Order: sequence, then structure tokens, then C-alpha cells
Amino acid sequence: MNDLSPSREERIANLKGLGCSRKRVEDVRFTQGKGNYVDDIKMPGMLHGDFVRSPYAHARVVSVNKEAALALPGVLAVLTAEDLAPLSLHWMPTLAGDKQMVLADGKVLFQGQEVAFVVAEDRYIAADAVELVEVEYEELPALTDPFKALESDVVLREDLAGQTAGAHGPRCHHNHIFLWEEGDREATEEVLASADVVAEEMIYYHRTHPCPLETCGTVASMDKVNGKLTVWGTFQAPHVVRTVASLLSGIEEHNIRVVSPDIGGGFGNKVGVYPGYVCSIVASIVTGRPVKWIEDRMENLMATAFARDYWMKGRIAATKEGKITGLWCHVTADHGAFDACADPTKFPAGFFHICTGSYDIPVAYVGVDGVYTNKAPGGVAYRCSFRVTEAAYFIERMIEVLAIELGMDSAELRRINFIRADQFPYHSALGWEYDSGDYHTAWDKALTAVGYAGLRREQAERVEAFKRGETRKLLGIGLTHFTEIVGAGPVKNCDILGMGMFDSCEIRIHPTGSAIARLGTISQGQGHATTFAQILASEIGLPADSITVEEGDTDTAPYGLGTYGSRSTPVAGAATAMAGRKIRAKAQMIAAWLLEVHEGDLEWDVDRFAVKGAPQRFKTMKDIAFAAYNQAIPGIEPGLEAVSYYDPPNMTYPFGAYICVMEIDADTGEHEIRQFYALDDCGTRINPMVIEGQVHGGLTEALAIAMGQEIAYDDLGNCKTGTLMDFFIPTAWETPHYTTDFTETPSPHHPIGAKGVGESPNVGGVPAFSNAVHDAFRAFGLRHAHMPHDHWRIWKIANQLGLHG
Amino acid sequence: MTKMHIKLTVNGKPEELLAEPRELLIHVLRERLNLTGAHIGCETSHCGACTVEMNGKSVKSCTVLAAQANGAVITTIEGLSTPDALHVLQRSFREHHGLQCGYCTPGMITRAHRLLQENPAPTEEEIRFGMAGNLCRCTGYQNIVKSILAAASEINAAQEAAE
Repeated sequence: MNDLSPSREERIANLKGLGCSRKRVEDVRFTQGKGNYVDDIKMPGMLHGDFVRSPYAHARVVSVNKEAALALPGVLAVLTAEDLAPLSLHWMPTLAGDKQMVLADGKVLFQGQEVAFVVAEDRYIAADAVELVEVEYEELPALTDPFKALESDVVLREDLAGQTAGAHGPRCHHNHIFLWEEGDREATEEVLASADVVAEEMIYYHRTHPCPLETCGTVASMDKVNGKLTVWGTFQAPHVVRTVASLLSGIEEHNIRVVSPDIGGGFGNKVGVYPGYVCSIVASIVTGRPVKWIEDRMENLMATAFARDYWMKGRIAATKEGKITGLWCHVTADHGAFDACADPTKFPAGFFHICTGSYDIPVAYVGVDGVYTNKAPGGVAYRCSFRVTEAAYFIERMIEVLAIELGMDSAELRRINFIRADQFPYHSALGWEYDSGDYHTAWDKALTAVGYAGLRREQAERVEAFKRGETRKLLGIGLTHFTEIVGAGPVKNCDILGMGMFDSCEIRIHPTGSAIARLGTISQGQGHATTFAQILASEIGLPADSITVEEGDTDTAPYGLGTYGSRSTPVAGAATAMAGRKIRAKAQMIAAWLLEVHEGDLEWDVDRFAVKGAPQRFKTMKDIAFAAYNQAIPGIEPGLEAVSYYDPPNMTYPFGAYICVMEIDADTGEHEIRQFYALDDCGTRINPMVIEGQVHGGLTEALAIAMGQEIAYDDLGNCKTGTLMDFFIPTAWETPHYTTDFTETPSPHHPIGAKGVGESPNVGGVPAFSNAVHDAFRAFGLRHAHMPHDHWRIWKIANQLGLHG
Repeated sequence: MTKMHIKLTVNGKPEELLAEPRELLIHVLRERLNLTGAHIGCETSHCGACTVEMNGKSVKSCTVLAAQANGAVITTIEGLSTPDALHVLQRSFREHHGLQCGYCTPGMITRAHRLLQENPAPTEEEIRFGMAGNLCRCTGYQNIVKSILAAASEINAAQEAAE
């Protein structure tokens, strides 16, 4: 080695591997408007599909008259359930073991439900034709309250008449879907009966919607001559969509190619399979031409994939010193008209039983009753792992209520109940094995960073000033320490429609020392093409800039379960590292042959194998790549490729400490976020810039949910929040400045120790914002008020507490 | 429906086409001129994904009729970069991680471009107000604001150096 050789540090920096805030490779296309989203796809002869939707929440469909629509020039077809029935496609299976109407079969069960699918030469003609389809309805009573639905004589799902059991066990009423239980009910109730203190509260996490900026859509193209079906779509799980399409249509899986092109945000909205996907495929088969279906915003908000809608009744027991002794929870879960939750098959309430949170709670019980109502189906994980944000909100509100009951500071109450660092791996009362954590360190760092003691003093002074009439503004300090469970999941207990939730990566090293890696996941903005190349760069010693990452095309990418529930890094990221290690193992054999030494005499050093004790004798990965293709090496196949299918041994448990400082105007109900501090521990950090961006974005979605965003219905089942005028999405003006911070506790079972981060800020953010609102009114007697905390509802809190004089 | 004869200048290039009186500008740009950079996010003027510049103003092209745009000079995201290089705003959005899924980005950058014409040295608050017609679901805006501030300083520094 001479003096001109790059130093070890320079070689590491050159890789742009783990820990580097590498600029995103995706951005060069996106900033120029050169992304390729589904609606950008244009094919010769392409037709457009559009839905006739129900104006009623519950009604019989007496007749559908297509004549006038079919008479309109440019209309090719109008499909109804009758047309789909011979193909058995008028209903489809949901991910939750239920079935869902593709097109209304005799009745409609929610406003906006798909009744007929119009296919026309362009989108304007299709929209005209939708207006010309005459549907006669006979209105039925609508049920929009899950508690009333369980007592009503009105039968919503007549197709299930007489079925006393569903996919998840017995049904106790015709509008009941399942009761799912975990933990020890008897032991928990005993603890509650004899506890020093029990705090009880009903906590509602309202219905909302992921609302990515790009709505859902497809382009389906059936080539009848060669029998190949190609479907481009907004799919967070393209491989599963292909399998489902094959099972439903009878077309062999190798004859179906599913492509997720660029996706304009998913947040859980694009996990499910929607009637539009099925109808566009059928329409293409019927017409022999490509058919595009793109939903508009109103259709998106009314019909595809709501989130939350959990009524969580909680009881938490503690000693008078504040040590928690037990947690009890019963959820009434409003699933809408069909149980179309996107959860692993065996978990009808997702991972809600992470609801013991960051706390060492010796005994706990959870029961969840799923209920049918006349609302849209869905129940997706909106920027969270399955039902984890509901769980985090529940426990973080219960802690606050308990603190009130005990007359304690809630920061201290959390501290004395945290699972200690020496307790990991920690087995929770509800059956999880938490992989790693150091909650006390994170908590102290957060409290110090915001000057917690000083804030409490300021708050006490403010309360006094308010009482003296010197100010009308209150100060709220919202605390949260959340623990997530992400990265589903071990195949032994996690599957979607029977497909085990592993993920995959396939790597090909090119002769000149660059590479392509393909994964079973699909980015929707997370920047996989940037970050997965970084994982690989650190594993195989080729610069991230020399590695192309591709996802989303089922013809080329290895099978995987897709991107949702923060599973890409924990599962596909692990597969990437493992495939990289296979490459390195073969590279070591090649290097040994080239250097004429025994494999065991070599050691890996950043980007090369060097002879132990003689670092000047080495072969770089680039040298080895070339040798793999141009040398005849005895006993070694040519080429340098690897594939890994990774089945994680456990899920990962990211955590964080968030603190929100909020000013609230008692007279107008307006709020101002003065400070927001977010500490995240997502294990090993791959790209700090991308992590920070994920945290900013997730916090803003949390802000929306906590402070105003909801899908609301009136008593007739009319959706009142069908446009972005009514459905709150914060603008730059309403969004505060965030301060991000971190601790780094690697996952012990993940190949690189990474845990996933995209959803943490939503999971932790919602309780942080909500707790700030509650905290501002704690001194005046507020225990709990339901979200969303829009100005009107905050004003009502102040009014009901008698603060308006 | 009788079609109307529409003339536009888009990214410096004259265009002529026949459009229905009800046809929206966004559809003309995306489907006839194949300028798919501007996107459709709501069709009700709320999200700003379809923002383009028309006669020196930012407009939401999902609620402008092509007929209203007759004779207009229009700039879309495709008109900002040259074949060889990104516009300073495009570079800055990349440098400061001002985008994630990329769906709002063309509208966002096109709007920021206009904003900097109107106010070449905006404060953070002025940027947040001036960009409030464009929604983003991914970034939380913090890095968008940072990107625009950085682009403004770069443009201003270059101008000062030139003078």
C-alpha cells in the first residue's frame, strides 16, 4: 500500500453505507416530474372505468337500468353484480376472513358502495354514463353506532344469516363479527377488585382515513391472444395481489404480472384489495382492451380503507405509590359493513395487545368485539403496525387518567413503571417478547431536553395567572412514551391469506463491480432505493451509488409480502443483509483462490478481503466481481448472485419519548404548538436524514388525527367528511417546527440491529398532542375528552369546565 | 360536444388543440401534451398537486378549464429543468430532503418557483403562508421550508455575485 491509497475511513465514507445521510436517488426523477404513477400510464386503446355508487347507507337495490348509459356513444359496458356472478366475482374474500361485495348484490350497506362499473372511451364519457345508470333503491334503517348495532333487530349482513360462527370464532348477535381475547381475565379482575386505586375510562379513537395524496387506482390489460394479464396499481403488496388475482380469476399465476409503479403515499390505504381493482381486471377481460380505474378524492375518503374507530373501555389498577398492578381493556370495534381489516390472519384485532405499552404490568386482559355497521369497510393500519396506534393511545391516556387519580406527576408515574433495561428480552402479560429497550435513558434525555421541571413551574404560574384573570391562555405539556411492535412477522404466526409474512432480496453483482438488488417490498415514499442500497453497501463493500434497487414488479422481484406495518426494514432489510452475506461468503472463496491462500486466512475489511497480518495483500469486491465472471475457478460456479428469504425470529420493538408543549386559547379553542420534541429509538440508524424526514411526516399525520381529522357520519349514515374541505390535512401554515433526537438500542435478533421507524411518529405523536390538550385543562378538572381536538371541541371542554365565566 | 380551438404556450413551446368546453387544463396537460408532472390529488382545488404557472400566477389546473387558458403562457414542472441540469429549487429539494413519495413535489416546486418571483427573500413564516395551498402528506413541510429558504439564498447570492 502506498501513501496515495485511501484510508480505511475514506473507504468507509466512499461506500455511503449504514449511518450515512445519503441524498435520495429517487429525487432526481421526482423533482423533475418524471415519476411514473398509475395515472401516468397510457396505453393504446385504453378505456376508463368509473363507479355508480350508492347514495344510501343501507338500502335494497330493486333494479339497475343500464339502457340509457349503454346508449351513450363511447360507452362499452356497464357491469353489475349480475354480470360478475357467473364468474363468482360479485363477492371477494377480504384479508380478515370475511367476504365483501365487489358490486352491490341485492343491497347496499354503506354510502358510496360500488353498485355498477361503467366502462367508456374516456373519463368524461364514463362520468356522464355514471349519471345515466338508473338505480332504484328501497331505503332500510341505517346503523352507525356499534353499541346500538349489537342491540338492533336490523340485520345488516343477510348473507351471513344463521351463521353463528365467523372466521374468528362464535358470533353472539347478527351484527357481531367476533370476540377476540388475550391475557388472563380472571386474574386481572381479581387484581382490580383488591387494588388500592383503579382508574376507569372510556377512550374513543375516532374513525379517520390514511388519505395519501395519490388516490387508489389500476390499469388492467388482458392480452387475450397470449393469455397474459398485466395489472399496474397502487399496491402496497403487489405479490399478494398477484396471488389473489390468480385465485379469484383462475388465471395461472405465471400469466399474471402485477406492477406497483411509483406510489404517491400509502399509509395503509393501499394494502387492501378494492372493487375497483377487480372491476378493471374484469372489464379488460370483457373488452379485450386496457382499462384504467382511478378513484377521485371523494370516493377515496368514502369507500376505501378507513382506520381506527375503536371504543376502548379501560381499567388500570395501581398501588397508592403508583406501581401499576393490572390492566383491563374491552374494545368495541366498528368494522363497517364488511370485515376488511388488513391484519395478519390470526390477529383480528391486529397487535392491539401491545397495549401494556412501555410498562411492566404483571397481569392484563384484552377483549375486542368486532361489530358490523353501515359504514365503509376497512380498518387498515394508518401509518402504524396493526392496531398499534390504538393501543399506544389507549395506554398513554390511561396513564394520564391514573396520574390524576393518584394525584401524581405523569412523568414520574411513567418512570416508576417502565420496563427496566435489564429486563429485556421482556415477556409482557399479553404474550409478547420485547426484544430490546432502554426506556429510562430515553425518558431522562427527553425530560432534560425540554427542561421539564421548568415547564411545570411555568404551567403552575400560568394556571394562577388564568385564575386571576391575567391571561386567557392555558399551557399543556403532552407526554408520551410509546413502544411499538413492527416487522411482521414470524411466519409461524403471521400470514396474509395464508402467505407467510417473510420477505426477500435477490442480488446480482455485475462483472465491473456494480449491482442490482430486487426486493419483495415496495416503497411509497420511504426511499427504499436509497436506504436498502446503503445496507448492502456496508455488507458487500460496493458503493451504494453503484447499487440499483428495484421493487414492485412481480415478474422480476422475488416474492415478498410488501410494505406496511413498518416491516420493510425489519424483514426485507434483514433479507438484504443476509443475501449480502451470501455474496460475501462466495466472494471470500474467490478471493482465496486469487490470492492463493486458505479462506480462513482472509479477513473482511470494509470493501475487500485481505490476508490476515498482510493487509497489503488484498482483493477488493470490485476485483472479485470481475474474477467471478472471467476466471475458471475450480469448484466454484461462475457468477456472483444471491437470494435470501428472511423469516424473522421475532418482531422488533421501536420506542420513543415525545413531548408536546401547547398553548390553548380558552375562549376560541385554538391551539399553538410551542415546542415538539421527538426522541426515537429505532435501533441501528441506516440513514439519519431519511429517519428525520419520516418522523416529521408521521408527526404531521398525528397532528392531523389528534387535532381535527376524522371520517364522520350522520345518523342516516351520510359521510360528512368526503372532501378535503371537511377532512383535515394540515398545511405548512398549521404545522409546527419539530425537534428530533434519538437513542440507539439495536435489535438483538435483526442482522443489522434495525427496527423500523416510519410509523413511530404517528403511534407516539397522537397521544402526545392529545395529552397536551388534556394536560392544559387538568388543573380545572378534565379527565378525558374524545379526539379529534378541533377548535370547537376544545372550546366545548373549556365551556363545560366553566371557564367561560 | 362541439370542440373549441385552444392555443397555449407551454414551457415556451406553442401548442394548438381541440378541446371540449368542459375539459380541464390538467387533463389537457397530462393526457394530450403528455406532461404528467403535475398530478391530480383532489379535483377540488384543495391539495395543489396540479399546480402550474399560468400568465405569471400559480393556478390549480384541476379547476381551470382549458378554454379559460386559451392564449395563456403556462409553465409546468417540466419547464424548470434543462436537459442537462436541475433547477436550483429541484436541487435544493433533493439536498434538504424536501420530498418523499414525490406526488406533491411538482406542484410544490412550481408553486415555490412562483413564490420566489413574488418574494425573492421570504422568511420562514412567509414561506409557510405562501405554500399553504399545497398539501404534502409525507414530509411535515419542515424540510420543504428548508429547501425553499436554501434555494432563495442561493439564487440571491448568485444574483449579487452577477451584479
